[in-house]
Amino acid sequence: MHSKTLRELADGLDSGQFSSEELTRHFLARINEHNPTVNAYITVMEEQAIAQAKAADARRANGKASVLDGIPLAHKDIFCTEGVRTSCASKMLDNFIAPYNATIVEKIATAGMVTLGKTNMDEFAMGSSNETSWYGPVRNPWNTDCVPGGSSGGSAAAVAAGLAPASTGTDTGGSIRQPAALCNLTGLKPTYGLVSRYGMIAFASSLDQAGPMTRTAEDSALLLQAMAGFDEKDSTSLKRDIPDYNATLNDSLEGKVIGVPKEFFAEGLSDEIATKVRDALAEFEKQGATLKEISLPHSHLSIPCYYVIAPAEASTNLSRYDGVRYGHRCENPQDLADLYTRTREEGFGDEVKRRILVGTYALSAGFYDAYYRKAQRIRRLIKQDFIEAFKEVDIIAGPTSPNPAFGIGEKVNDPLTMYLEDMYTIAVNLAGIPGLSIPAGLVDGKPVGLQLIGKDFCEAELLNAAHRFQLATDWHQQTPAAFA
Amino acid sequence: MEWETVIGLEVHVQLSTQSKIFSGASTAFGAEPNTQACAVDLALPGTLPVLNEEAVKSAIKFGLAVNAEICRESVFERKNYFYPDLPKGYQTSQMDAPIVGPGWLDIQLESGETKRIRIHHAHLEEDAGKSLHEDFHGMSGIDLNRAGTPLIEIVSEPDMRSAEEAVAYLKKIHSIVTYLGISDGDMSQGSLRCDANVSVRIKGTDELGTRTETKNLNSFRFIEKAIQLEAQRQIDVLEDGGSITQETRLYDSERNEGRAMRSKEEANDYRYFPCPDLLPVAIEQSLIDELKATLPELPDAKQERFQSEYGLSAYDAGILTSERAIADYFEAVAKAAGDAKLAANWVMVELMGRLNKEGIEFSETPVSAEQLGGLIQRIRDNTISGKIAKQVFEALWNGEGDSADAVIEAKGLKQMSDSGELEKMVDQVLADNPDQVEQYKAADEGKRKKMLGFFVGQIMKASKGQANPGMVNQLLNKKLG
Repeated sequence: MHSKTLRELADGLDSGQFSSEELTRHFLARINEHNPTVNAYITVMEEQAIAQAKAADARRANGKASVLDGIPLAHKDIFCTEGVRTSCASKMLDNFIAPYNATIVEKIATAGMVTLGKTNMDEFAMGSSNETSWYGPVRNPWNTDCVPGGSSGGSAAAVAAGLAPASTGTDTGGSIRQPAALCNLTGLKPTYGLVSRYGMIAFASSLDQAGPMTRTAEDSALLLQAMAGFDEKDSTSLKRDIPDYNATLNDSLEGKVIGVPKEFFAEGLSDEIATKVRDALAEFEKQGATLKEISLPHSHLSIPCYYVIAPAEASTNLSRYDGVRYGHRCENPQDLADLYTRTREEGFGDEVKRRILVGTYALSAGFYDAYYRKAQRIRRLIKQDFIEAFKEVDIIAGPTSPNPAFGIGEKVNDPLTMYLEDMYTIAVNLAGIPGLSIPAGLVDGKPVGLQLIGKDFCEAELLNAAHRFQLATDWHQQTPAAFA
Repeated sequence: MEWETVIGLEVHVQLSTQSKIFSGASTAFGAEPNTQACAVDLALPGTLPVLNEEAVKSAIKFGLAVNAEICRESVFERKNYFYPDLPKGYQTSQMDAPIVGPGWLDIQLESGETKRIRIHHAHLEEDAGKSLHEDFHGMSGIDLNRAGTPLIEIVSEPDMRSAEEAVAYLKKIHSIVTYLGISDGDMSQGSLRCDANVSVRIKGTDELGTRTETKNLNSFRFIEKAIQLEAQRQIDVLEDGGSITQETRLYDSERNEGRAMRSKEEANDYRYFPCPDLLPVAIEQSLIDELKATLPELPDAKQERFQSEYGLSAYDAGILTSERAIADYFEAVAKAAGDAKLAANWVMVELMGRLNKEGIEFSETPVSAEQLGGLIQRIRDNTISGKIAKQVFEALWNGEGDSADAVIEAKGLKQMSDSGELEKMVDQVLADNPDQVEQYKAADEGKRKKMLGFFVGQIMKASKGQANPGMVNQLLNKKLG
């Protein structure tokens, strides 16, 4: 049951092969068995999950809530879940029980899905390896000495190890796509504004976006359908009609033009990944698409631009963690300054502190123009690169990450090398456009991701291309042997 | 050496919207601590702001009332600083693109002259909560009910030259926002408060001196005192050969003392930047036009109309239009009384004088406009004299009757105008005072006038003040020859 797709599980529930309760208990048992190794979950919601599953089974007799009714999933611990600890993998929020549900948690519950638990992540989503978590690193099910990627590392590892059939993630600079690539999943970062951010703990507000992490493009379409839509509680969410993502999955790719940015195949990309990605591109040609080399001339500026804007926003988003109203508070504060200093010193990890410092510096009087304002200008140039490119091509394709999964501890003390892990994903967040990572093969038993990038709100087009690719390949069906 | 004080004010006005500027929580004053703070106001993780359109409309109305440009795409920014009553660790405010651009208003000086004060801009922002320092045994309490209450901050140019001008400016702002109905203007509840930037310079020079900012002044009297005190302090320092430090100061109203709070060096770097959770506020011309059409008659226009329509002096019209409630009350009295000048007199002298003496707000007046109008009518139709009218007013003030007529009836205060009865009374007084009658008859014209007052007084006394004085005079003149 644990290697089935959402579509297969939906069919199984429909045909009475198993009940939601059986399915849920199966996953809970697997979590019990494997989570000590993988550390994918911070909180397992056993009781609630069984109650939700029973409710789904009862509902089914009178017509189900949606195609996903009764199917379990896991939420990244960045989404507020009412009555359940929502930690953002930080000591700061270790004792925080959210009093409300994030909009996407609510929407997914309305669709009838069962929440198995809250998944591990990099602290406040800051990291590319899931090593900055207060709850310890997540291990990659494909090689437990390696990282699963980050920041949605727990969400990726949970699905890859068969501890959940699907999960939610968030992506600020690659946090859905990179772990999806490293764990052999389909991970979608939707267009900024498509999915509500209400109740999703903010890292960098102008870049954060929630999305589905699944085994297949078809599942991605199903879960995105449940997550997407305008939310009056999020001023940056957009009012627009949501298409039926399932309806266009099988459309032909004949005549599509796929842009291949030369900058994505330059220095920094490992040769094995380059080969796998080129092989995958050839498959699209077989399906009638044309490849066209393009240029995104400002690509090399995305990392510096991102590492000004994201920390700047984060530095103020994280000011609310002050020990006054909720979360960690230091023992016996002597005065106000002591309360703030020790609470934040104790509550935040090194990477979070590093980014708060960088962001505070970038916004300081006298530096604002040189850093933040300039970064915003570069951000517009990066967006403009994509606008120009999409005048000639329908989709842009390339690697998701420059390397396969690396060893735990290998890069954690070298932030600059770590930041390069996101060199192909960050520009997509800066431009606000959708990006999708799909499995494209294995290198030394480690998964490789192919990234597809689309125009604003063209998720359906990306899912269609990915689905056609998955019909012709079986990379996405590979699972790690240790968790069979 | 003659010194000149230069003053600029930053006025904070709480907007009387139903809900907060970025959340749906109520803005009502006086609830139990923290009962009017929702997840957004508490800055719970994951919460996001949604702009209250009513607050935007209020700011636009204010901008139109002070002749300002409305910014068509204003931007909210985060003003970053740590304080326990600031839940997010930043205040959502406006900096580079405030909703109200440069404007102006006119104030009236003691001399009767009009002076124009320029407004630099006005912006929308959220209020912070309150720190409570009593009764927490060495700790502080935080009440977040006020957190997120919408404010407009109105920043003037340094155009005022005395504490009196500053008060006149503030009173004008107060009257504009209450006329517009965008704020209750209640200073005792903090709905209107201001920071005063004060500097001094030698009269005749152009360059501005180093200024200090005195924070959080919340009554007209304190503002006047605080500015006078600070200007004098600066003059004393400069005359002693010292120099002024740019600093933030506090005014202690109990001791009438100012003291330094923090210097420029200790000032926060607020690290303003555009709030990524809120889109720029796009304002259509059609909305501006629509709001313009709904603006009420504003104080200046009303004052002019009161002069031309009711024949009032500029001074009287100014007093009667200083608050919308007073102006509306006056107009209702004038209409009911049928005599605007008499109405103006009664409202300003009797009513406002009494309210002032008893320290009662105008809105709490125990005498309604209908009651006062009815009273004036009875003066006009000679049912009662002006003197008796004051008794009736007193009775109405004390709630001793629903209307002037009811009081007059119940107390039998109707003026005696029955000539038969009056004549009997006059005859009696003359019969009782034969000596005075003799003296009167012997006196010349000049003395007679004075002596007549004696008889009138006796008759008024006999009639308990109810005799019609005109008729008494007539009768006496006839009888005494």
